[in-house]
Formats: sequence, structure tokens, C-alpha cells
Amino acid sequence: MASIKELTHKPDTLAPGHRLCGGCGASMAVRQVLMGVPDDCQPVVGCATGCLEVSTTIYPYDSWEVPFVHNAFENSAATVSGVEAAFKGMQRAGKIPADKKFKFVAFGGDGGTYDIGLQSLSGAMERGHDMVYVCYDNGAYMNTGIQRSSATPKGAWATTSEVGKEEQGKPQVRKDLTSIIAAHGVPYVAQSTVGHWKDLVAKAEKAFSVDGPAFLNILSPCPRGWRIGSDQTAIICRLAVDTKFWPLFEVENGVWKLTPVKEKNQKPLEDFLKPQGRFKHLFKPENAHLLEEMQADVDAYWAYLEGRVEGSKDATSPIE
Amino acid sequence: MTTTKPFSATGNQMVAEAMRQADPDVMAAYPITPQTTIVENYAKYVANGLVNTEFVTVESEHSAMSACVGAAAAGARVATATASQGLALMWEELFIAAGMRLPIVMANANRALSAPINIHGDHSDVMGARDTGWILMFAETAQEAYDNTVISFPIAEHPDVQLPVMTTLDGFITSHAMERCVMEDDETVAKFVGEYTPVNGLLTSTEPIGAGMFANGDSYMKSRLMLRRAIQESLPIIERVGKAWAAECGRPFDLVDAWECDDAELVVVVLGSAAGNVRHIARQLRAEGKKVGVVRPRVYRPFPVQQIVEACKSAKAVAIMDRADSIGGQYGPLAVDVMSALYAAGKNVPMHNYIFGLGGNDLTNELVSQVFGDLEKLAAGTLATGGLSYLGMQEAEGAQNEWLA
Repeated sequence: MASIKELTHKPDTLAPGHRLCGGCGASMAVRQVLMGVPDDCQPVVGCATGCLEVSTTIYPYDSWEVPFVHNAFENSAATVSGVEAAFKGMQRAGKIPADKKFKFVAFGGDGGTYDIGLQSLSGAMERGHDMVYVCYDNGAYMNTGIQRSSATPKGAWATTSEVGKEEQGKPQVRKDLTSIIAAHGVPYVAQSTVGHWKDLVAKAEKAFSVDGPAFLNILSPCPRGWRIGSDQTAIICRLAVDTKFWPLFEVENGVWKLTPVKEKNQKPLEDFLKPQGRFKHLFKPENAHLLEEMQADVDAYWAYLEGRVEGSKDATSPIE
Repeated sequence: MTTTKPFSATGNQMVAEAMRQADPDVMAAYPITPQTTIVENYAKYVANGLVNTEFVTVESEHSAMSACVGAAAAGARVATATASQGLALMWEELFIAAGMRLPIVMANANRALSAPINIHGDHSDVMGARDTGWILMFAETAQEAYDNTVISFPIAEHPDVQLPVMTTLDGFITSHAMERCVMEDDETVAKFVGEYTPVNGLLTSTEPIGAGMFANGDSYMKSRLMLRRAIQESLPIIERVGKAWAAECGRPFDLVDAWECDDAELVVVVLGSAAGNVRHIARQLRAEGKKVGVVRPRVYRPFPVQQIVEACKSAKAVAIMDRADSIGGQYGPLAVDVMSALYAAGKNVPMHNYIFGLGGNDLTNELVSQVFGDLEKLAAGTLATGGLSYLGMQEAEGAQNEWLA
């Protein structure tokens, strides 16, 4: 892949002046993903309703330097599948030159992807549209004010999973969406973070290079919702990976690959949780058992991924 | 131009044929009774290479309209079809398609809404779309379903319209019953609908465009005003395109089909397939010398106000027959539209609103005769004005305006 120097020469796809918060992971996800689009292709972007959309398209301003469509909350995947179908139909009818190349990409937050948009995403992946779906996962409905989603980590405070006498944040574990999409048998699925630019841009390049659907699940911190400083975005991403809370992995034509965490970098889960205000109640003595459970969940998930790696090493197609 | 010999076909077959002839770039659709045979027929055209269409077999009607919105925003000619619960599931997207000014053509096989679940014809589904900004047409016959579908494309895509068009036909009665039909040859239709050149398109514009923007206060309200104007101003364009097709194929087109209305004193207003049942009795009454008329809006949105007022000019009593109810409201949706039109034009005649045929319930000759009998009483002043009754279940007498009692 390109060096960081070369990447700086790529034309900007999202203009400065948008209204996203300082330190927001969403705009970093957009920039890094679109750096993976081949130079001879025009990206066409669709976006679900959410922070990214409302902050970049306030009429009469538009931050997107590429063709952009927003439809509604739950249907970014269906909408972009329509755009991709239009390209195929119009090119067949001779309305678009045969040598014109596009790359179709849909963005959605975790609410628009894990929850309300899951059906639309599943349909688009199953139908095999040539598109890349990108989930910028900040672990809650941040646009409406930090409500829990099925991507919210267990134990996290949110405005609909409150901390009080009876409850200590979200009781349920996070949905493993990346595995769910991998189970669709699409050619490329990967998990990364906005704090790992090299990993993310390389994965975006792979996602755009495959023929058919690809899915990227990108940890994209929300300083407001996570209760961290706006200068902590990249640092907290590093901690998410080094504590194995957010493993970097990819599934390429059915073969699972997990990026190991170097021994010197390995840290306990608490190191990821402690800097974030949304987890501060977990550090009361009476909640020590929750921390233990969460550490056990993280270890179990890592072991599960190692099992997928081992079990798929000889796979020759996405469907095992 | 060649017109085929008459042949037997269902309304759904005729809609599918018209869509094939228009050859949209994208069709995104989902099966639902009684629309399914449109999609099935279309799948055969795709399988046999008769169309260029990219056929997107989505996982829900919500995604069907979402994909249509994406495709139309891209700059494609787009078509789909649905019914009932499917249209209800699309509801959010109907507003978006119209608000984004996307010329999508959709057939709806009108069907009841749950609960209780019922697969048969009425207008409960399509009436839920009446305020969305879509142009709505009601076909009386399978032939008209074909003609309405053909003209939908040039109407929707007209640079001064740029609105989605829903071409509807009554579930089973028109969608599935065999009728005597003809169609024009492919070249004639292709020439009539023309090639679609989008004003803006994600894939066709030279500069990157943004579609589906966020608009606050002032700009939001302005965009709604522009939408109101656009659909209102589409009426003469719909008439022009309809008349041009009529000249081509020799079958009449009127925004409102006003049967024997010049001197009609007892007038029935009704949408869709039921108009034939009503005219059947009206013909017998005319033969007896009774001045009866039947008004059938072929275009329902934009509502052809002037044409309705004109058709009712000699009326001494008006019966409005709704195949859907506006539960909790004073009258059914068609009655509200007709009464508003007449009232605003200064015409105050006795009227009665009938709710009929819900969930495919039969409209018998006896029931239609009952309506005309009531009209005579309304005109004579022996039946009070302003009532609503469920035809065949409640007598009009005694069903005076209960809301004012």
C-alpha cells in the first residue's frame, strides 16, 4: 500500500468545515476508507441518517467532494445497492461509457448498522452488490444523545442503560456483527479502528479491490459519548486493540486472519475502560465482579477468533 | 404504429408489459399479493434478455423503495410494484422519493390493510399515500392500467414535474381478472416514453452532487412549498401527456371521467374498478329518463378540483363512494376531497358518503341501486345531508351527520 507521504497527496474527499465534533472518529473513518479507492475510480458515497450525515450536509452546505446520497436511517445499504444497480443497468443500456469506473460505498453508524439497518445490510450483502459497507462503530446512538445500541459494550453507561441502585450500565454483551456479516459468505470482511491508519487503509484497499460486497467494521470513538478528551481518539483506539477489546481481524474469501497483539503491548481490559467516563462506575469496589466478567468475555472472544483462524486456514471459498 | 389484436390479459400482465416496453434501468421489487404477478412477469423478461433492466430482488418493500430512491438519485429510469402492507412498509420512503423529486414509477395493486389480515381489494393502502407528494392514478380496467403505466414514465420524468408516480389498479378485480386488452408495439411505446435524461444524477452529473440534504426551518418549509407547487402544476402536464397518448392509441384520456354529467342531477363520485358497476345501473336509470351521472377521477393526486366541480355543475345531490375509510375522521378520503372542492367553489348540494367494498366485499347491483335511491331522497330533501354509512351494513337514513348530533 501507499506510504503516509503518498496518502497525504490524495485529494480530500471530505472538505474541512463540517460540523462534526473535535476528535470524532467518523470523519477519520471516512477519510481513511476513501484513501483506499483506486485512483482511476470515482467513489460514490451513501450515508445513513446520523452524526456523519447531519454534520456534513447542512443545506446549502455540502462537505462531500464526491457524489453523495443520504436517504434514511435504516437503509444505507439498500440505497447504495440501488445506486450500484443503476450503474449496471445504465451501463448495459449504453447510458454510461463502458470504461467509466465507480466504487460504491455506504456509511452507517452502529445504530444504523447493527440495529435498525441490519436487515437492509444483510439483504445487500446476500445479493452480492459490488459495494463496500462501512460501519463507523462508536458504540451507541450518539446523534440522539448516547442511547445504548446492540454495539454498546457490556457495562457501559448510556442514557438508556443507566447507572443506579439496581443497574450498572448495559447488562448485555455486544453483538458480534463482523462475524454475522462474515457468515454471509461475502469475499471480504474486516475489523479495524480509526487509530490504526495503516491497518485501516490497507483493509479499505482490499475491500475496494474485491468483486462483490465487502464490509468494514471500524471502531470510531465518540469523545462526547465515551466521556474522553477530544485529543484521546487515537490513543483509546490503541488501547482497545492492545487490551484485545477490539481485535483487528479480516476474513478474506473465507480465511480468517487475526492480527496478534505484541507481548510488550498487551494490557488488561481495565486500561481501556479506565480513561472513559462511561465505565467509571465499574471501578467501584461492589462492581469488581463486572470487570472480571468483562475480562473473561474479552478472553473468550479472542479464543473464539483463534478458533476461526485455525478452522479456516485451508478454506478456499467464503462458505465453509 | 401497430395495435395488437385484442387478447385476454390480467391487469398485472398489462402493467408488466408496459414496464417492459419502457425498459427501466432498475427495477427493485418484493413479492406481495396481489401485486406478485407483475414482478414474476418482469423476472421472465429479465431471464429472457428482453430488457436492459437491472432487477434487484430486495429483502423487503422498505428496501425496494430505498433501492429505487438510490437508483433514481443515480440518474436511472426506475420502476417497482407493491401492494397493501408493502406500501405501508414503504411509507417513510414515499415521502423521501417525492421530497427528493425522484421520478420513480410504481404500480400498486390496491388491497386492504391489516388487521384483520385480508388480501382482497380496497383503497386503504393507497389512501395512506395521498399526502406524500406522489402523483396517484386509479385505473378502472386492465387496459387502463396499461395506458396509465405507459404515460407514467413521461409524466414522472418531465423536467417540470420530476415527481414519483403511482399507477394503481384494484387488487384481484383488476389485477387478476382476465379482460379484453390491446397493446401498442414496442417501438411506439419506446418512442412515446422517450429516453430519460436526468436533470441531476450521482452517476451522470459532471460535478459531484449531494442528494438528500439536511434542511432546517426556512429551507425545509420552502422545499415543501416547492413540492406543493410542483404537484399542483403537474396537472396540465398529466393531461397533455395523457391526451398525446390517447391520440396515439385511440383510447380516451381525461383527468376525470365524467359520464353523462352535462345534465346529471344525481351524481355518484367513485374511484377505480367500481365505476363500471355504478355506470351499469346508471345506464338503466338513464333509459328510464332519470338524470344520473357518474364521476370517476382517473387522476387522484393532484386532485383535479376544477374538473370535479365542472362534472358536478348540474348536481342536485352527490353520493361519494369511498373504498377506504378515514377512521376517526368525519368522512372517507374521497368525500373530504370532493366536498372541499365543491364547497370552495360555492356549490352546496346535499351529499352522502358511502364506505363500500372494504376487503374485497362485493359491490352488488342492489347496493348501487340503493345509492341512487338515496340520491333521489337527498335531492327531494327527505334524506338529510351530511351522513356517512357503510353500504350494505347501515341504512343511509338515520346515519345523518352523527358528528353534529
